[in-house]
Amino acid sequence: MKLDLKKLKLRKVNETLQSIDPKKNNKNYTILNPEGNHAICVGLTDDIDITVKGHVGYYCGGMNQNANITIEGNAGTGVAENMMSGKIHVKGNASQSAGATAHGGFLIIDGDASSRCGISMKGIDIVVKGSVGHMSAFMAQSGNLIVCGNAGEALGDSLYETDIYIRGKVKSLGADCIEKKMDNKHLKKLEKLLKKAKLEKLKTKDFKRYGSARKLYNFKIDNVSSY
Amino acid sequence: MKKDKKTLPRQSWTFDEYTNSEIRRAAATGIYDIRGGGSKRRLPHFDDLLFLGASISRYPLEGYREKCSTNVTLGTRYAKKPLELEIPITIAGMSFGALSGSAKEALGRGASTAGTSTTTGDGGMTSEERGQSKHLVYQLLPSRYGMNPNDLRKADAIEVVIGQGAKPGGGGMLLGQKISDRVAEMRTLPKGVDQRSACRHPDWTGPDDLKIKILELREITKWNVPIFVKIAGSRPYYDTALAIKAGADVVVLDGMQGGTAATQEVFIENVGQPTLGCIRPAVDALQDLDMHRKVQLIISGGVRNGADVAKALALGADAVSIGSAAMIAIGDNDPKWEKDYNKLGTTAGAYDDWHEGNDPAGISTQDPKLMKRLDPIKAGKKLSNYLKVMTLEAQTLARSCGKNSLHNLEPEDLCALTIEAAAMARVPLAGTTWIPGINNK
Repeated sequence: MKLDLKKLKLRKVNETLQSIDPKKNNKNYTILNPEGNHAICVGLTDDIDITVKGHVGYYCGGMNQNANITIEGNAGTGVAENMMSGKIHVKGNASQSAGATAHGGFLIIDGDASSRCGISMKGIDIVVKGSVGHMSAFMAQSGNLIVCGNAGEALGDSLYETDIYIRGKVKSLGADCIEKKMDNKHLKKLEKLLKKAKLEKLKTKDFKRYGSARKLYNFKIDNVSSY
Repeated sequence: MKKDKKTLPRQSWTFDEYTNSEIRRAAATGIYDIRGGGSKRRLPHFDDLLFLGASISRYPLEGYREKCSTNVTLGTRYAKKPLELEIPITIAGMSFGALSGSAKEALGRGASTAGTSTTTGDGGMTSEERGQSKHLVYQLLPSRYGMNPNDLRKADAIEVVIGQGAKPGGGGMLLGQKISDRVAEMRTLPKGVDQRSACRHPDWTGPDDLKIKILELREITKWNVPIFVKIAGSRPYYDTALAIKAGADVVVLDGMQGGTAATQEVFIENVGQPTLGCIRPAVDALQDLDMHRKVQLIISGGVRNGADVAKALALGADAVSIGSAAMIAIGDNDPKWEKDYNKLGTTAGAYDDWHEGNDPAGISTQDPKLMKRLDPIKAGKKLSNYLKVMTLEAQTLARSCGKNSLHNLEPEDLCALTIEAAAMARVPLAGTTWIPGINNK
């Protein structure tokens, strides 16, 4: 089913995708002429496949549950924000705060992601084939951030239990973020996520793992210079 | 030396007993003081205003007999299903985590019985609160702890929190000792870890972004429920104007007497503006944009009784919100726990270490033993009683001014006891026609 944003209002497009009739069993949708519109495909709950033919604005796929969304273009701020489950694939680049606060699901970005990628992430798995900007995984709580390129300044600042895997260079680490040993458990997890992103050719040994030193987990006056 | 040759020991006004104790505490611990609640300093407040009552030129209504309506509709601008409340007093956002589950349940029960709404807080929506709240406002906070679309769709309104009166521009911290298994699970963090609540939203900055964020929330909830924007009493004119521009249905404005679960004492007492000083600038913004009564204004921060409610409404608010007062109504700082307060080094009425989780009243705690002290049914009944009393008080004052609706109260019904209050509320100083900053008579 084709939904043309030049002909239909955003509300109508989202309403259609939010109210799937299981009897009609239509699982495939194509959104035409997104033209950078905001809040496309937000609040979806059903296991459907959507292809967006072009660039999207802010919060595409926001709070997604179960849907499989492919964006054939670039994505604005907060793509997949607070996603719970499902999959979002950005074929181009993503702006800041990609996957912000997301609790689950899988986000793949073929290009680069800007600053604060995975900020406050709470369980999502994010794979960025390019590089990420500064403050990525800031206060990240859970889940995995995999970056095949480089990471900007203050990676993983004040993070909690998220695992970060970087293949390229890291400009600087944020407060309480350290490089950690890559053991078999982590190698297997990384391998699985790379396979899921169809990046089997990449070697897991080329990645370094970063995580929390857990020194700022409880406020201590001796750590005041780190805050 | 004889007594008449010696002056009395003189305490310094600058270095008073409390200040000295804080210096000693800081020197001993090396850390700033963290506490709950709002500003405790003497500030210009509703107490500094008086109603004029009826006179030859104003005709009073008969108490108890003539109708004085109290209901208010919040969210008439865009929402398909605005919030219809019987009274203009709502319960402010307080998190599960900061408060116990039974305290949240009590707030829901009390608010529902009185015909008003309650609000979630950082940490998400609990089943107790949703189950007992007829009208529940779901907060979207920077941390997004516990935020999920299923609960978002269960909400009767959504409140995007930009700031709190106790700490404009500040985040929060829930100390590890309050992180029970349930709180940890809801917030997706390990048990016992201090949980920081960010001061900025992770996926938007500035009013233009906020407009898009609100659009997203409306699209997820199918434009059904109102979107509130909560701001601190920082720059009330501009923040109210920007919230309106961003598409808010309701602006919630929280002055510096508004409470918090925990933040630095220095922050609480030195940042923000008193509630009284925030109302008129916010109403100015609404009027300048022709949005007064179209976008509703909720005022919070130190509202304690029906007089405060009536005065806030007279200055242009559509409703008020209470947090600290609601906690007191359900049992916070009750003298019956005096011995326990003493053990904690404090006294009933002054206990504010809510972040430590040792609340003898069982409200700001996750300790199972302490939590049992609060019966949510009895506490809910106390809250509904209190809300009814506040409403009756406000009606009494409105009738005395000849108003058949609380919302017909107006600044002309008021005078001020102090120059400061006259200037902030823009009503004449008692016995004069002088409104400082407006006229020079």
